[in-house]
Amino acid sequence: MMFVPGNNPGMMADAHIYGPDSIMLDLEDSVTMAEKDAARLLVHNALKSIDYGNTEMVVRINPLNTPYGKKDVEAVVKAGVDVIRMPKTETAEEVKELEAEILKVEQEIGRVGETQIMAAIESALGVVNAYAIATASKRMMGIALGAEDYSANLKTNRTPGGAELLLAREQIVVAARAAGIACFDTVYSNLDDMETFRKEVELIKTLGFDGKSIINPRQIEVVNEVFTPTEKEITKARAVVAAIKEAQAKGSGVIAVNGKMVDRPVVIRAERTIALAIAAGVIDKEEAL
Amino acid sequence: MRNSKLVSLEEAIKRSGLQNGQTISFHHHFRGGDKVVNLVVDKLAQMGFKDLKLAASSLSDVHAPLIEHIKAGVITGISTSGLRGALADAISHGLLAEPVVFRSHGGRGSAIANGELKIDVAFLGASSSDELGNATGHGSKSICGSLGYALPDARYAKHVVVITDDLVAYPNMPQSISAADVESVVVVDSVGDSSKIAAGAIRDSKNPRDILLAKQAAKVIINSGYFQDGFSIQTGTGGASLAAVKYIREEMLQRGIKASFALGGITAHMVKLHEEGLIGKLIDVQSFDKVAAESIAVDPLHKEVSAVEYASGQHLGSATHALDIVILSALEVDTQFNVNVLVGSDGIIRGAIGGHQDTAADSALSIIVCPLLRGRIPCVVPKVTTLITPGKSVDVVVTEYGIAVNPGRPEIKEKLEDAGLNVVDIKDLAAKASSIIGTPDPLPFGNKVVGVVMNRDGSVLDKIYNIE
Amino acid sequence: MVTIEPGEGLQIELQSSVAAQFGRQIKAVITETLEALGVKDAHVQAIDKGALDCTIRARVTAAAVRATGKDVWKD
Repeated sequence: MMFVPGNNPGMMADAHIYGPDSIMLDLEDSVTMAEKDAARLLVHNALKSIDYGNTEMVVRINPLNTPYGKKDVEAVVKAGVDVIRMPKTETAEEVKELEAEILKVEQEIGRVGETQIMAAIESALGVVNAYAIATASKRMMGIALGAEDYSANLKTNRTPGGAELLLAREQIVVAARAAGIACFDTVYSNLDDMETFRKEVELIKTLGFDGKSIINPRQIEVVNEVFTPTEKEITKARAVVAAIKEAQAKGSGVIAVNGKMVDRPVVIRAERTIALAIAAGVIDKEEAL
Repeated sequence: MRNSKLVSLEEAIKRSGLQNGQTISFHHHFRGGDKVVNLVVDKLAQMGFKDLKLAASSLSDVHAPLIEHIKAGVITGISTSGLRGALADAISHGLLAEPVVFRSHGGRGSAIANGELKIDVAFLGASSSDELGNATGHGSKSICGSLGYALPDARYAKHVVVITDDLVAYPNMPQSISAADVESVVVVDSVGDSSKIAAGAIRDSKNPRDILLAKQAAKVIINSGYFQDGFSIQTGTGGASLAAVKYIREEMLQRGIKASFALGGITAHMVKLHEEGLIGKLIDVQSFDKVAAESIAVDPLHKEVSAVEYASGQHLGSATHALDIVILSALEVDTQFNVNVLVGSDGIIRGAIGGHQDTAADSALSIIVCPLLRGRIPCVVPKVTTLITPGKSVDVVVTEYGIAVNPGRPEIKEKLEDAGLNVVDIKDLAAKASSIIGTPDPLPFGNKVVGVVMNRDGSVLDKIYNIE
Repeated sequence: MVTIEPGEGLQIELQSSVAAQFGRQIKAVITETLEALGVKDAHVQAIDKGALDCTIRARVTAAAVRATGKDVWKD
């Protein structure tokens, strides 16, 4: 998910050419108060006119308790946004409030139920309530960590190793998995330190995250490299998937690879590996089956 | 020393026997820092010359003072590879009665060698010279490295004046311009602004679009079938071109592939690969930066060549004939793969043919790298504003929205598709551009011809009309 | 950059780096956007550096909203 400032028409025009899975146009922190109205119109018109292809389009709106939040919802829902990212989410009630706002606009334009929600969790209270937030709406497609505000709220600083974020990250992954939705990690803002960035991406992949937020196209390659399964992983996953088919064909409940019994979690992991490989474009869908 | 050729500029001009209506020539190795053209033409104007034809290897922003000399009738004709800045703007609006003749670097070399472009007096700036005229691109005040574009002038002009700001003891060697070709040597305070003649190495682009284009171009090369041990390559100085070298280098290291030579304008990037042992030899018609200019002075495998040896279409010995891969830029490419590198989308001249025609025609694989759009300016269009490089010599066009392959090269298309690259029809790229920006209105061209574009075989390719 | 001041009828002053090829289209977009907002009298000054139509539409709307004090979104 690539962050693009909502007041930068040049970047909004071609952000999709770099191939991020999703683009988040930002109306919140990257836009000054004096520019909120103009940025809202820029984002609205960009969403309506620019062909972003299959890229998932997300807009980060201002909190509903600011003078901008509700107008942001109206402008982006009317422009047909895929996902609204709610900043600084702390409780399930806030999610329900946003859901009601979205529904109001959707009813006005006759497009009910199309807009999804992603909640950014950026405070200690938000982390504590992560599962409640994740399950607050059927529109909720994923939750994400916003580390800058969160670490400030914890009265600490961000460090290269990210020790201060460990609990929040784990809590968010666990909440997302329990709710059956996606989870995304925070941004890493030092563009010149690709090594630390890569370590961070490796860490969050191990923790179970589905993806990483990025601030520059240069970071995409690293995320893709880390998240794309290796040839060895794919070969192994394919063997497992083939074994399932064989077992199904025989009507057997026992799945075996190389003579060894395979447990249910191994099957699930293999299916996820294949799905990731297809998403990364390293194998074809037909080829995978 | 007996037989010294050392004289003042005025004396050198008198000695040359230059007459009104004759042709004078200059090179552009001092790039944006050049003072020689303005210095000499000012002097010629002061001496009362009229109706002179100026044959430069290229002209740039720094030559805006020529506008006044054209208005005064001192200069009445120009031939060059490129034209930029206020002079280009004025000429596009019809300043000069006679059309400017545009030739590629190789085309100019051939035209001088075969007598089609006759030079009466060549005024050749040099970073150093001895008093007999052994001159080089290395001196105490400035360095420009190769003097490749000046060499045909030195050899074929009827009269040659070397102009330098660093007079050194005889013999100045190894020399680029030989005393045997030189009639007079003039010492001046400064031939150019050294900071603009050879800047430090051009920095790697951090522009994400350049990086994207560079990666795609590198993938095209790597999967083209020409990326084999002993290949040869030429690249430009654009951000995407230079960044592509970085990715090609990584792949060379990984596969253990080495290039036999790199050609053309040589940059610090190429010198680095050469010094690492990844490129055997450097063939240098123009040293683009200080690193390249310093390398050519000390490295026997980094060789200076003349524009004729570099890229003549009429001399089979020219290096472009041995070139495998070239990466080129473009202002516009059309759906017939024709390329324009000379005239802007506003109809105003703002570029140079350079070696574009030559390398595209002679190389085994020519790759054009350009964004689909520059702001609201489309780079892939239904028809180029001005034809510079015919589509039949262009093989692949790389844009951020996909890679188009000339239908005349189906085998390359197949290879790139097999490698999983995003190969598209060039017509779809043009359609994509117009879907984003709309259809531009036709340009307000007048009916006066202000420029003639020559093909490298000496035929006329296209005409440039004045803009109103 | 777009500024809108009171005027009689619609007067558009456009400075654009792509005026020769797109000036007509840009003016049409400005006119169309203002008409859709019900603005019939205005003196518009627009400085363009090759923006896309969707950006021009947004900039003109924003300038009109600021000039009239009437937003296009509900309060």
